[in-house]
Amino acid sequence: MSNHHHEPLARLTQVDVRFGRNHVIQNISMELHRGCITTLIGPNGAGKTTLVRVVLGLIRPSRGDVWREPGLRIGYMPQKLHIDQTFPLSVERFLRTARNDDPAALEQALTDVGASRLLSQSIHGLSGGEMQRVLLARALLQQPNLLVLDEPVQGVDINGQIELYKLISRIRDQRGCGVLMISHDLHLVMSSTDHVICMNRHVCCSGHPEQVSTDPSFIEMFGVPGAENLALYSHHHNHRHNAHGDVIKPASNNVKVD
Amino acid sequence: MDDFLLYALIGGLGVAIIAGPLGSFVVWRRMAYFGDTLAHSALLGVALGFLLQINLNLAVVASCVLLALLLVALQRQRLVATDTLLGIMAHSTLSLGLVAIALLEDVRVDLLAYLFGDLLAISPRDLYWIFGGGALVLVLLWRLWDGLLAITINEELAQVEGVPVARLRLTLMLLIAVVIAAAMKIVGILLITSLLIIPAASARKLSRTPEQMALLAALLGCLAVAGGLAASWYWDTPAGPSVVVTALVEFLVLYSLPLRRLGISPG
Repeated sequence: MSNHHHEPLARLTQVDVRFGRNHVIQNISMELHRGCITTLIGPNGAGKTTLVRVVLGLIRPSRGDVWREPGLRIGYMPQKLHIDQTFPLSVERFLRTARNDDPAALEQALTDVGASRLLSQSIHGLSGGEMQRVLLARALLQQPNLLVLDEPVQGVDINGQIELYKLISRIRDQRGCGVLMISHDLHLVMSSTDHVICMNRHVCCSGHPEQVSTDPSFIEMFGVPGAENLALYSHHHNHRHNAHGDVIKPASNNVKVD
Repeated sequence: MDDFLLYALIGGLGVAIIAGPLGSFVVWRRMAYFGDTLAHSALLGVALGFLLQINLNLAVVASCVLLALLLVALQRQRLVATDTLLGIMAHSTLSLGLVAIALLEDVRVDLLAYLFGDLLAISPRDLYWIFGGGALVLVLLWRLWDGLLAITINEELAQVEGVPVARLRLTLMLLIAVVIAAAMKIVGILLITSLLIIPAASARKLSRTPEQMALLAALLGCLAVAGGLAASWYWDTPAGPSVVVTALVEFLVLYSLPLRRLGISPG
């Protein structure tokens, strides 16, 4: 797979997106590569999801160019999937609407994400982590060259998050596809990402995770003191978030490494 | 059995069969108010049909489709929320229809028949319309089923996966317009949505797959039509409302049954 590295799958050049007079993203250039995991981080309202939607072709930029490799197959995992309770749907039936009728591929995809036992379950009874795995399986069913994951660990507890990131790395290793994902915090995603783009409407800084975590603009945005803490996957958050993203009280289990 | 009752029964069953699967989509996609709005615009279609002297069914389908397209266009502006917009359109088109019909001088229109349905109004020609339109709807549903399910799950996901989302959404609206034109004489303009959503909602209780729900909704709709027409025949109650009341009874019975204990749990 290493010989496929640096083969570009998609390229954005000086992309702007405006809604009315409001600049949602401004002058963003980036390249996505085969076998490479690119992570977008930034605060709420930074335009991360908008940028992802540009890559997916769901919105056309107001300015700039978007190039995709001809024949590029994208597997997309949306941030949240609300399926109305009135819609009776098993995991299997859900996956079978994904334009790939091959039952063997379906089982393979579910096995790859470690969710084969969910096959006949109702989609409405899944936990947050299970639902994320099923969505990932659906993305894999597209036989993607590029996986696009919008906050893949949303609503998953901390252990589940670490596992999911490991899973994403493993999928990248096995399939050699490129990955673009959005994440809220860098420290968990560090070990499983090759390239980080830190953005707040524009690109603040980008590069290897270690590089980015010491960049002044990154520290200013996230207030993380120093790279050595990041390397140990713990840093000084003054708050935590619950499954809904709300801030909860400072917890005593905040690990300090001084 | 008199001919007109037979026609009503056959026509009603035809409508119930297509209303089952389409009504399921209306329920899944939360389009009940949308269906209501389209149905209300049917009266305007009737008035236009008289005015232009064209086939009324065709006029109704055309006005429903035009309204659906107008709604899609108007939803792009963001000053008025969709449900407000639907409310405005539903009542305005109904009122416009009533006003237009009142202004037609040489035509006497039995308004109640259009608003609440009329058994006696079903002719063999209507049956051709119902079954011709119905067959078209079923064939299209059959062909587009997986795509329609995909856009019901999530439109953006479907679009990324290469499903022609805009076209399918438009087709679904068109199909609903055809059903409204077909159902108009059976249950009437004001009650059409109930024939779409009540059997589908009842079917949900017993279904584990979308296909089961669509088929069961068709079956429950047929039962409601048969029961409603029987009640209308024996007790001389209005046909359309009797069909809706029968559908309601089915719904209430199904939802008060402790189905989980019978080993049937909805998926």
